[in-house]
Amino acid sequence: MATRVPAGGKRAARDGKRHETTYPAGLTREQVLELYYWMRLTRTLEERLVALYRQTKVVGGLFRSLGQEADAVGSAFALRPEDVLSPLIRNLGSMLVKGATPVEILRQYMAKGDSPTRGRELNIHFGDTARGYIGQISPLGDMVPVMAGVTLSFKMRGEKRVGLVYVGDGATSTGAFHEGINFAAVQRCPLVIVVENNGYAYSTPTRKQTLAKQFVDKAIGYGIPGEQADGNDVIAAYEVTKRAVDRARAGEGVSLVELMTYRRKGHAEHDNQSYVPAGEIDRWAKQNDPVDRYVARLRGEFAFSDAEISDVDERVRREIDDATDVAEHSAAPEPLDALVGIYASPPAEQPLWFRRGKRTTVDSSERAEGWGTFPASNGAASEGRAAREND
Amino acid sequence: MTEITYLEAIREALFEEMERDDDVFCLGEDIAAYGGAFKVTEGLSQRFGEQRVIDTPISEVGIVGAAAGAAHMGMRPVVEMQFIDFIANAYDMLTNYVATARYRANLPCPMVVRGPSGGYVRGGPFHSQNPEAGFIHTPGLKVVYPSTAEDAKGLLKSAIRDEDCVLFFEHKYLYRRIKGTMPTGDHTVPIGKARLAREGRDLSIITYAAMVWKALEAADQLEKEDGLSVDVVDLRTLSPLDDEAIEATTRKTNRVLVVHEDTRTGGIAGEIVARINESCFAWLDAPVLRVTAHDVPLPYAPQLEDFVLPQTSDIVTAARALAAY
Repeated sequence: MATRVPAGGKRAARDGKRHETTYPAGLTREQVLELYYWMRLTRTLEERLVALYRQTKVVGGLFRSLGQEADAVGSAFALRPEDVLSPLIRNLGSMLVKGATPVEILRQYMAKGDSPTRGRELNIHFGDTARGYIGQISPLGDMVPVMAGVTLSFKMRGEKRVGLVYVGDGATSTGAFHEGINFAAVQRCPLVIVVENNGYAYSTPTRKQTLAKQFVDKAIGYGIPGEQADGNDVIAAYEVTKRAVDRARAGEGVSLVELMTYRRKGHAEHDNQSYVPAGEIDRWAKQNDPVDRYVARLRGEFAFSDAEISDVDERVRREIDDATDVAEHSAAPEPLDALVGIYASPPAEQPLWFRRGKRTTVDSSERAEGWGTFPASNGAASEGRAAREND
Repeated sequence: MTEITYLEAIREALFEEMERDDDVFCLGEDIAAYGGAFKVTEGLSQRFGEQRVIDTPISEVGIVGAAAGAAHMGMRPVVEMQFIDFIANAYDMLTNYVATARYRANLPCPMVVRGPSGGYVRGGPFHSQNPEAGFIHTPGLKVVYPSTAEDAKGLLKSAIRDEDCVLFFEHKYLYRRIKGTMPTGDHTVPIGKARLAREGRDLSIITYAAMVWKALEAADQLEKEDGLSVDVVDLRTLSPLDDEAIEATTRKTNRVLVVHEDTRTGGIAGEIVARINESCFAWLDAPVLRVTAHDVPLPYAPQLEDFVLPQTSDIVTAARALAAY
């Protein structure tokens, strides 16, 4: 797992005496602050991405998790390093917790040649089995069967590892969601399914998605336990997921967790949210922002000092600045790289015209001048964006 | 040495690969206790247990997705589609997820999806199709379709060992009708290499699966009745196509007939004709012709099925027209 916040030690109270402060869900003081670090890192990284998007440095669309940082961070925090999760586009925080770095995210959004997918994929659609995350694809629900298979392999090999798959309220309507849960449930796979209920699938509100009163009710139909929690409370998200993870690790099979949250931005940055009732977004922003809520709790209930909190903010700002510098200086991908890597073995991976006779390998000396550079802020970039915003 | 059927050859390949490698496991509908709808996996669960021979819910998306997830983690799943027609349910998972996983996300998918395909068995619309063409259009998948028992075994073993997803089509008409003698030892057949099923000079028939046998029948008849010497190329692998074999036979005989059981429009024959046109135009003495099924869903009644599917007489007729051009 990535660098964690250094241990803070027991705090000295204002009266100068040391107090035993207890923290919920069996968390330590260090972990309580660490949760804040991951949420702040997620939010600041996305704010930086917005700035880069406005400078047309983000290729394609920008998908934010504003207001949903707590559920992604809290749930992922319940996993161990050897566990595997599959995030959705609004679970950036979960990938950071599992070890994805800000520079990777920035390179990915800017379609750089040294991004995790070498410019082949967008946003957080990337994976690293070593760090324990598998990138999603756009057809929703598909990752549920895939994670059923990942966790089936844990069961078959007798490994005490757990898988977690995120789906949104929209994905619950797909056949793949149903087939994946049912398969995993019957096989008693060590899988946790997190339904992140943020109120909207693109423009479709939950009431048009399902007649079910709550998604957690669906667990009954699969014969698995289900629990619902406040997804904007990072500790509640951690606690409910941890229970499901513990059950999975103990060989008790699949659980469904519904985390209640709200999507404060549109489907992507271009979406003007004309379909949202007036005042709804403001109400969530002012009364139920997961980061603000947690900061208040850190200051009050957990008695962290302003300095301790601003130290985290400062550290995050520095990390994002450094990552942006590095990512902006990354090279664009080389066009010929688009032709390789489809298969493990080379013979069939190049198109016919390429294979036959003329050349069989990618030779950099054959590149025309200008290849491998992305013209900054030109027409091609905005065309690409328009095309991808439909994703 | 004893002869075994095409079906038994597939079963032998599964047994041997599961013996050889603990990571190989099978999953599909009714494959464990029952042994599969065609009994291909009979005896497998008794030998390897129901942990490695998994009866699944009726759930093609779930099965293929689960195979992909297990393959990411280093397992080597072999999925059985009860009938290959049902692979259409998993089309999204195969084309959007499995085929792109390595390229997009550096996630290997070493898995096999196998199942009975093809007609001539009066199976009607949903138990007789040849959906291979839809998958050769998808980069990232390999497609194999053997015609002999020896190839069925050798190619399936290669498919299981392959680092990518291989769709393995088995022709159900051949299951119990074709026999072969298995070579001793670890018998594998390389993916991507065609086989010359019959050597000739005057014209070429390029084909695969059950049509190989009809092409050989037609070639016998053409030799006896017309004195024509026919080259029959069994493609064995449809993706990647063996361009060398296609070019070699074209340059040798200068007249080519492409035969497949699948419907005509958008079928693989169109792709083969285009490749011959691009690479061997100057060697052609006649336009490349196709013999395929008619463009209709496959009907049930014998009179209808026999009319819609290509028959030996259709191949003979087309070959005569080609030779006379």
